[in-house]
Amino acid sequence: MPDKHLSSQFDAELNQISTNVMEIGGLVESQIRQAIYALSNFNLDVANDVLVTENRVNALEIEIDREIASVISRRQPTARDLRLLLAMSKTTANLERVGDEAAKIARMVKSIIDGVAPRALPSSDLRVSGELASGLLRKALDSFARLDVPTAVAILREDDLIDQEFDGFVRKLITYMMEDPRTISASLDLLFIAKAIERIGDHSKNIAEFIIYIVKGEDVRHTPLADIEAAMNINN
Amino acid sequence: MDQTSQLKNAIEVKNLNFFYGKFQGLKNVSMNIAERKVTAFIGPSGCGKSTLLRTLNRMYSLYPGQRAEGEINFYGQNILDKSQDLNLLRARVGMVFQKPTPFPMTIYDNIAFGVRLYETLSESEMDERVEWALSKAALWTEVKDKLGQNGLSLSGGQQQRLCIARSVAVKPSVLLLDEPTSALDPISTGKVEELVNELKSDYTIAIVTHNMQQAARVSDFTAYMYLGELIEFGETEQIFFKPKMTATEDYITGRFG
Repeated sequence: MPDKHLSSQFDAELNQISTNVMEIGGLVESQIRQAIYALSNFNLDVANDVLVTENRVNALEIEIDREIASVISRRQPTARDLRLLLAMSKTTANLERVGDEAAKIARMVKSIIDGVAPRALPSSDLRVSGELASGLLRKALDSFARLDVPTAVAILREDDLIDQEFDGFVRKLITYMMEDPRTISASLDLLFIAKAIERIGDHSKNIAEFIIYIVKGEDVRHTPLADIEAAMNINN
Repeated sequence: MDQTSQLKNAIEVKNLNFFYGKFQGLKNVSMNIAERKVTAFIGPSGCGKSTLLRTLNRMYSLYPGQRAEGEINFYGQNILDKSQDLNLLRARVGMVFQKPTPFPMTIYDNIAFGVRLYETLSESEMDERVEWALSKAALWTEVKDKLGQNGLSLSGGQQQRLCIARSVAVKPSVLLLDEPTSALDPISTGKVEELVNELKSDYTIAIVTHNMQQAARVSDFTAYMYLGELIEFGETEQIFFKPKMTATEDYITGRFG
């Protein structure tokens, strides 16, 4: 399939939007890494950096949706082009939410630093699941850039792992809280952070679903993983 | 290829081949045109879409050296049969062309002329028919006070709607529209498109258009043709959102070249 449109300007516009989506992806990915670092090291400066980046992410989100609306209004895109534009808009919204989750973690870290609550809680577990989540997001962005369906399906599978980590962590926190009620307040802070990390995994999963939507034209949201895997094998 | 199978078909084209002398303009085309639906034909110039449309009322029979092979069943009757009465066929399968072609006579007579060929109506019946046809074509309110004026005095968009009214007046069952808006401005185009949408509750419509967005807007089914072949035929929503053939996707996304 010739990948170029008759209109090279159309190609340039689509490329520009893709570049911006990748840029917002890169920004939120670094936000997560910084938030996890701030959490592991109780570093106030790095936590503040996460919050500063949020402004840039929000501005880019608006810019991307403006560009997408402009292309739709002027070019009346169809088929794969239309699916790509819809998916880029939704992916951007998901990425912005990832940025929000990272900011949430950063704010929580700040409140832990400021607080007097004991820090002897299993926060290193969160580093592990945080790294899992940021790794998954990176994978989602890479396969979005390459429109790589097999990797997208693999991401759907891996999100289950993050969900399991989250469930395990909640059980662990409950044990701490039962043993020593003085840890309850700090445990709740960590619980919110764990929830934020779990949500980042969900957003990566959503992005993976949009990749399948662009390439295959199938909307696989709310579809059991086994059905998706079966359908993708038939269509390959 | 059987998206139309649940619907009643007005026309069934089977293994149709068409020749301009030695040149083959249509290659083994088979498709169904569903009753009271709009079927659009798209494709680059020379793909055979107008040729196919012109076979549906045997407009080509006016030209020597042009011939069609295969079957075109119009409610079960093969119109390619030598015994087919062409005047009767064209009364039942009306056609509107790219450029408005009003007759050089009054607006009233533009409508009445065709009707008189097929029916004997009293004066009041004819008045009623003229008003009915002009209303169907969404032109009545604009011309009702000047029915005695020459049809050529109307604007291009009005002339085209007059031609549609003229086709509708003889109460055909199928309307063939060959790029009906390519010579019209956007407002007139919008009116004709709205008209197509209204007419399809009573008529089967087949439309050839170079404007892909127009096909997407007005049709229920879309056929993509290329070099005389029917490449893909399906529901318009499917063709424009998720075409099965790469060739169709390349064309509708503007990657053709």
